[in-house]
Amino acid sequence: MLQVNNVTKQFGGVKAVDNLSFNVKKGTIHSIIGPNGAGKTTLVNMITGVYKVDSGTVFLDGGDITNLATNKLVHRGICRTFQHLEICGNLTVIENVMLGFDKYMDKNIIRSCFRAKSILDDEKRYLERGMHLLDLIGLADFANNEAKNLSYGILKKLEIIRALATTPELMLLDEPVAGLNPKETQEVSDLIKTVVADEVTVILVEHDMKMIMNISDHITVMNFGKKLAEGNPTEIVNNEDVIKAYLGSGALSGK
Amino acid sequence: MLKRYNINNQILILTGILIIVPFLLQNDFHFEIAILAILNALICIGLNLLMGYAGQVSLGHGAFAGLGAYISVILSSNYELNPLLSIFIAVMIMAVLAFIISKPILNLKGHYLAMATLGIGIIISIVLEVEEEFTGGSDGMSVDSLVVFGYEFSDSISWYILCAVLLVFTIWAFENLINSPFGRLLRSIHDSEKAADSVGIDVSHYKSIVFVISVVIATIAGSLYAFFSGFISPQEASFSHSIELVVMVVLGGLGRVYGALFGAVILTTLPQLLTAFEDYETLVFGVIIILVMIFMPKGIVSLFDKVVKKKEQNSASS
Amino acid sequence: MIELFGYMLSGVTVGFIYTLVGLGFTVIYNSSGIINFSQGEFVMAGGMSTVFLLYAGLPLGVAFVLAIMITSLIGIVLYKLISFSKDSSQISLIILTLGFAIFLRGLAQVIFDKQLHTMPSFVGDGAFEIFETTLTYQALAVIVVSIVIVISLYLFFNKTKTGQAMMAASNNVDAAKLMGINIKKILMLNFAISAVIASIGGILLTPITSTNYEVGIMLGLKGFCAAIIGGLGTPFGAVAGGLVLGILESLVAGYVSSEYKDAVAFIVLLAILFFMPGGIFGNLKSQRV
Repeated sequence: MLQVNNVTKQFGGVKAVDNLSFNVKKGTIHSIIGPNGAGKTTLVNMITGVYKVDSGTVFLDGGDITNLATNKLVHRGICRTFQHLEICGNLTVIENVMLGFDKYMDKNIIRSCFRAKSILDDEKRYLERGMHLLDLIGLADFANNEAKNLSYGILKKLEIIRALATTPELMLLDEPVAGLNPKETQEVSDLIKTVVADEVTVILVEHDMKMIMNISDHITVMNFGKKLAEGNPTEIVNNEDVIKAYLGSGALSGK
Repeated sequence: MLKRYNINNQILILTGILIIVPFLLQNDFHFEIAILAILNALICIGLNLLMGYAGQVSLGHGAFAGLGAYISVILSSNYELNPLLSIFIAVMIMAVLAFIISKPILNLKGHYLAMATLGIGIIISIVLEVEEEFTGGSDGMSVDSLVVFGYEFSDSISWYILCAVLLVFTIWAFENLINSPFGRLLRSIHDSEKAADSVGIDVSHYKSIVFVISVVIATIAGSLYAFFSGFISPQEASFSHSIELVVMVVLGGLGRVYGALFGAVILTTLPQLLTAFEDYETLVFGVIIILVMIFMPKGIVSLFDKVVKKKEQNSASS
Repeated sequence: MIELFGYMLSGVTVGFIYTLVGLGFTVIYNSSGIINFSQGEFVMAGGMSTVFLLYAGLPLGVAFVLAIMITSLIGIVLYKLISFSKDSSQISLIILTLGFAIFLRGLAQVIFDKQLHTMPSFVGDGAFEIFETTLTYQALAVIVVSIVIVISLYLFFNKTKTGQAMMAASNNVDAAKLMGINIKKILMLNFAISAVIASIGGILLTPITSTNYEVGIMLGLKGFCAAIIGGLGTPFGAVAGGLVLGILESLVAGYVSSEYKDAVAFIVLLAILFFMPGGIFGNLKSQRV
């Protein structure tokens, strides 16, 4: 579904991503792992239009999406979440979710000023859908709270739900459990595995090995900007190069 | 029906106040102040949309209002076009201009954006003053009265009604806008551009749209003021007028439409109250700004918030 | 050719005034990230205070020192007001400093008056003849004193312990606090320094262009343009920006149109903001945005 072909990104003299290629199969959870500084977030930023690639291409279902802007990619069905939470604090929880529906909603200024029927209908319809999505993470009761009043763990889940609201075909999750406690991590992991992966192809960037091993269908390992290894979880766990890169097998077996 | 059309309590109260006010005013001069206050409020509502919701500071809005007004006046006086048509054409011209300007400047961050709007504003005001052939220079131009479908707006009361209706309509339309998907989109941009980006919103496009809206409103209000007072001068476009507008918005309460209204009303009427102080006028004005910014940085409207909060707490506990 | 040289010379003189105003902006901005919209009023305060102290009969040197002290007090007052304010968002501070500017102008109106005032050149009324162009002693004084101030600032910030502490504080507030540096004192000192520089500029300027309560408005704005044009990260930015501005203004006034002279500063400002937002020196040093 997604083809990343020989992409490179350089910052000054350092190649953050070096001639990297991999393919993502539709309907899978494809994880990207690697030590800190391996270039994972840079890669995500390149795929999602935050950085321009220095060379290489990215194809989605055969169409060239290299260097397309983030917001344009959403209309092509690609959505992402952020390592450092990007939530609109002053909007309520339900409003944050409804942001995800933005591309479907009527934003004509004149109609908005006059409360045209299309505007009111949109609001009603997507409010319902939004509440349904909030139900999935048990936040329906908090719908009208301002997002800034909620905890980090809840907001991490909210961001995923918001991304889901854009009805993407491909979702890139950038360290969705960073900074979460084990219980919250499990909740997000379940959310990804059951809800998200049901409808959407997932690219997951993470450090939490237990979660990676649990839910991934396929893993790409990066180191120093290059692809180090590729395969299913079992293959990766037993891959010598990967073990060496991660300083000991203890990390890989999920301790 | 009230709910369907979102005619809430505040709109009703505002309408009530606007109806009562003319009976309290004693002479033409009072009406002049009231009309000026309303027109300033209109510009401030647009400016508040830009500054409070889209988070873009503009230190040059007086210039946009002034330039728009000049275009309307020149079209109607020199080219003998119907005033309403003149305003319409001026709005079109200013909208295009605003859109073009918005592209390079809205990419600037924080202080740099403020300075760019300041620079553009001052350049506009200098041009208006220097190009005397077109604008009458610093002596200004006299302006014919507003004629709409044969009705000539010649007395204070008709102007007042026109402005009051416009004000109520604008506030109503504005509240609808803020509560619509468009409004939510704007508020999201203000909080997190990255988040907005990630749901498909073209952030720079919408920043431009808001900038254009604020300039359009300023053009309309500025033009109306020119037709009302029968006179226009480069003072309208001056840096101090631009600063006055920003102060009105912030003192009233940034991000609150009634804040913009209060700010405009208070700062328009204040100088009249301060004439008692004569030479001390500027000094007192400065002191007021300082005190409000130190003790009520969220604006005067925050006083109302506290009153409302207290009432809610009292009714909750009783 | 003579004409050109004449314009360049007057441009340089005015340019250094812009530099002094711009330096004040830079010092405050570098230490606190605040744009002080009342900087121009500091300049006005320096000039006006000196004039009226002279009227009161005080000797020149005493008047200078007192005026500078008064202005630095004004700078400290502004700092105190800012630290009292409950909301330090960018727009609040912009309005606060704007309000302070209006306050100072109002105060000047009341304490002094609305008239134009001047004082005699303190280095005498003579002038040099250079290449058939006149360079008054006062203009030369402006240039010399400005250069001295710029060099002193550079030495202070880079070679003295206090100055280096201030640079450190502006780069990383938390680290500075951990090292025992008193941030409040440093910020206050920065405001005072900025006011001193501005008041010296006002004193130097008054014999040349006179002064009144409103003189700070345009001066402040143009000084700010100078700082941005040159680049806010370094004092040399204000120098480069001030000189570029002064010379360009002079050339435009002479060769193009004297009516559009005031627009030059803002046109160049816009050009810099669009094409080189870091300013002339901005690309050489890291920027605080």
